[in-house]
Amino acid sequence: MTNHWVDLKNADVIIVMGGNPAENHPISMKWILKAQKEKGAKLLVIDPKFTRTASKADLYVPIRPGTDIAFLGGLIKYIIDNELYFKEYVINYTDLSYLVDPNFKGPEDLDGYFSGYDPKTRKYDKATWKYQLDEKGVPKKDPTLKDPNCLFQLLKKHYRRYTLDMVAEITGAPKEKILEAYKIIASTGKPNKVATICYAMGWTQHTVGVQNVRAMSIIQLLLGNIGMAGGGVNALRGESNVQGSTDMGLLFHVLPGYLPTPKASWVDLKTYIEVNTPKTAEPKSLNWWKNRPKYIVSLLKAFYGDNATKENDFCYGYLPKLDDNTTYSWYDIFDAMYKGKIKGFFAWGQNPACSSANANKVRKALSKLDWLVCVNLWDNETSSFWKGPGMDPKKIKTEVFFLPCASSVEKQGSITNSGRLAQWRYKAVEPPGKCMPDAEIMNELYHKIKELYQKQGGVFPDPILKLNWNYGDKHVDIEKVAKEINGYYTKDVVSHPIDKKTYKKGQQVPSFVFLLDDGSTACGNWIFSASFTEAGNMMKRRGKEDPTGLGLYSNWAWCWPLNRRIIYNRASVDPMGNPWDPQRPVIKWDAQNKKWVGDVPDGPQPPLAMEGGVLPFIMKPSGVGTIFGAGLADGPFPTYYEPVESPFKNLLYPKVHFNPVARTYDSPDDKFVVGTDPKYPYVGTTYRVTEHWQTGVMTRHTPWLLELEPQIFAEIDPELAKEKGIKSGDKVIVSSPRGEIWAIAIVTERIRPLIVQGKKCHMIGIPWHYGWKFPKNGGDSANLITPNVVDPNTFIQETKCFIVNIRKA
Amino acid sequence: MGGISRRNFLKLSLGSLVLSSISIDLTPVKSYAATELKIKNAKESTSICPYCSVGCSIIVYTKGGKVVQVEGDPDSPINQGSLCPKGASLLQMANNPYRVTEPLYRAPGATEWKKVSWEWALSEIAKRVKATRDKYFILKDEKGRVVNRVEAIAHVGSAALDNEECYLLQKLMRALGLVYIEHQARI
Repeated sequence: MTNHWVDLKNADVIIVMGGNPAENHPISMKWILKAQKEKGAKLLVIDPKFTRTASKADLYVPIRPGTDIAFLGGLIKYIIDNELYFKEYVINYTDLSYLVDPNFKGPEDLDGYFSGYDPKTRKYDKATWKYQLDEKGVPKKDPTLKDPNCLFQLLKKHYRRYTLDMVAEITGAPKEKILEAYKIIASTGKPNKVATICYAMGWTQHTVGVQNVRAMSIIQLLLGNIGMAGGGVNALRGESNVQGSTDMGLLFHVLPGYLPTPKASWVDLKTYIEVNTPKTAEPKSLNWWKNRPKYIVSLLKAFYGDNATKENDFCYGYLPKLDDNTTYSWYDIFDAMYKGKIKGFFAWGQNPACSSANANKVRKALSKLDWLVCVNLWDNETSSFWKGPGMDPKKIKTEVFFLPCASSVEKQGSITNSGRLAQWRYKAVEPPGKCMPDAEIMNELYHKIKELYQKQGGVFPDPILKLNWNYGDKHVDIEKVAKEINGYYTKDVVSHPIDKKTYKKGQQVPSFVFLLDDGSTACGNWIFSASFTEAGNMMKRRGKEDPTGLGLYSNWAWCWPLNRRIIYNRASVDPMGNPWDPQRPVIKWDAQNKKWVGDVPDGPQPPLAMEGGVLPFIMKPSGVGTIFGAGLADGPFPTYYEPVESPFKNLLYPKVHFNPVARTYDSPDDKFVVGTDPKYPYVGTTYRVTEHWQTGVMTRHTPWLLELEPQIFAEIDPELAKEKGIKSGDKVIVSSPRGEIWAIAIVTERIRPLIVQGKKCHMIGIPWHYGWKFPKNGGDSANLITPNVVDPNTFIQETKCFIVNIRKA
Repeated sequence: MGGISRRNFLKLSLGSLVLSSISIDLTPVKSYAATELKIKNAKESTSICPYCSVGCSIIVYTKGGKVVQVEGDPDSPINQGSLCPKGASLLQMANNPYRVTEPLYRAPGATEWKKVSWEWALSEIAKRVKATRDKYFILKDEKGRVVNRVEAIAHVGSAALDNEECYLLQKLMRALGLVYIEHQARI
């Protein structure tokens, strides 16, 4: 989230698209309904299903799964055609006036492709996806927005065919409802009006997932809604600490704090820093990533302690390097495992046998392992895969270790919510039986592995033996870990370059601003720096003051970065530092005292128009919000492509059915259909229910919750049900190119057929919370029938739309 | 939030209930005031809900080392004391008959789990990590560049862990040379 949960109350318009907060983030509705009831905010829900969120909406627009970019592209066209964008904001704070390389071509010129497409590799060469630069290297601009190569004109051209008729034809949404939604959203392109967007996996689980989010980000920039109270782009993340686990770098492509994982071609630290430290010629850009060298050196110091010295490149060589042309994502893991390349596997608090799309492939892949370690509270479909459906345990050679861990109330530590807020949890009770906190399992495992290498030697033992790992023999001092994440001085620093003060070795760094690239600071995650300072553990704070009334609650726990509650907040003020909306001032320049008041600003520098002032988007080398997404794999502008599996044609770009660079896998168990197959005439989609969570391991084992939602169901519309002779409560079989599952039918008006391209589009919705292991007769995972075709940027699977059929069992 | 927390309010109303039952109604009907609240004398620990990412604060009440009640924390500016059905059922997560409470091992070809000790399980896992790592470790790529990675071991997990655990886990896995490090944020 750019903003945070309580901030939803500040919005004039709340758009929910690709999410369902009433059912999946129920308490957030407190703030959405407050905005609606107390200040007349409009709640708009755009969703294939009439969800419980939709039941509270001022306007509900049904759309076909996977057609979001058509809807949003039409909205961009509407905003441009009617000049409803926030002019001063887009000219000053976005790249809308920037000129793009004249050799850049888009789908309007190239039948659905951008320039640089190579059909053999199914990848883009992005050489033409760039701004025109002047002799100083600064992007050229045309504030009149008239130059045919300026982004405004390119955007206009890109979406020129996304007319209301076209959008209705693709999405199946009624034209008048589309227009009504456009009017409401576009009404916030004024300085004193603001809209927020709440999205979740309904946007990300597509082969165009990133472009769905980008389309809305472009709209929020055009309307001047980023940085504002009640605005922003807000991902309603699905798990209690999925923000934190992402921040901490439990992903192949990032180290903690979004530092890229080293690649083979970045042969030494110098190369790593050169490649990953952006430069800018834009005089007013703060270009925050210029500080990257401090963060990577401090991370290496946290990893390797005194062993990391300037002379040995701070042990940069110890970090594993990725092959430059290989990705190591979730689906790559199971593909390699399926092909016998992975021998040992840790599934720590995970249940991939149910959570992965095309789960049958995963279940087969697990049987190819030599050994599997599962750490969990409950035995589940992954740890017991060897006795699952269709498995013969006697033939499965995989050794499995199940390690029982502690639950959230049986240990202490912090977790980070969707609003980047890190809150502390205290230990309430001891774990039951012999269960052990996860950190202690890690600690003991590390010590055992280290001991083996100490005694026996082995291949390249240095990264293990020289690891800075002193958290206790058995029990882990969690606060010590939290302090390392914050960062500390590794030696005395006399006259610090930032404040000329002296800091002692062992002292906590006050914030990442104080990190250094010479080895005198260690920091496990720079974005968390300031969370545990000499003043103590900020994440434990419980202050309830809200002086602005905007719900910032700056003394409640701690939020990254630097306790800034709304990021990009410099965009909430005009170039003189006055809030665009004086009623909801996130920050404000106090000219007399020459400082900002309100939230923690994106840098203490004065407002843009003043001497020493800086542009608001400090993480971007250009300093502005970027409508031109040159870094993406699938094009700088969101473009409408059909889902890989779809019974309908791509009306906008008939020569390109699906995202031309979407990733697919190739094995006998990777079954998918490009386009349509008469055997599967309906659109399938998956979702969650309030009473269950993810693969259901936690909630299926909670009797109260299981009683409420005891087994898998499939929701279908009354018309299709009648045609198929299905009644509510009947057992049905839902099939797809991957296989079939049974479910209990719920015939409901919640999912109504839409008219798309002149024919009926029936949808079948299934929750994915179940698994064969528990309870008996609860059903198996809906992911047995979902496809593992993935987005080319994030490698997320397209589980929100695929082709299915249904019959009475 | 005003100056009075929900807990104080409960205590106050309990007091007035005692008073009213004495001063007004003297018939020997069941006195609710005499029924002890299950959170009386319980220790309170605050926690954060382990389900979705709203970050609702909860109060975990414990007595004699056992969780006796779980409630929304009225002090939290986010949930202000409310909880959804999942959060409200945390009591059953803490006191759960289905939890596995001892390490288990399943040997190749075995049809059942076997209970094992932590010492044995962790020692055996360590041996397998070392054997697999040593056998498949890649020191240099085909161009002769140092890569120091192992592709034969993969790790996934987890968004269910605390920040500090996530940090330790990636530190451990990267020290071992893993590049296949992922978790559910990807999917």
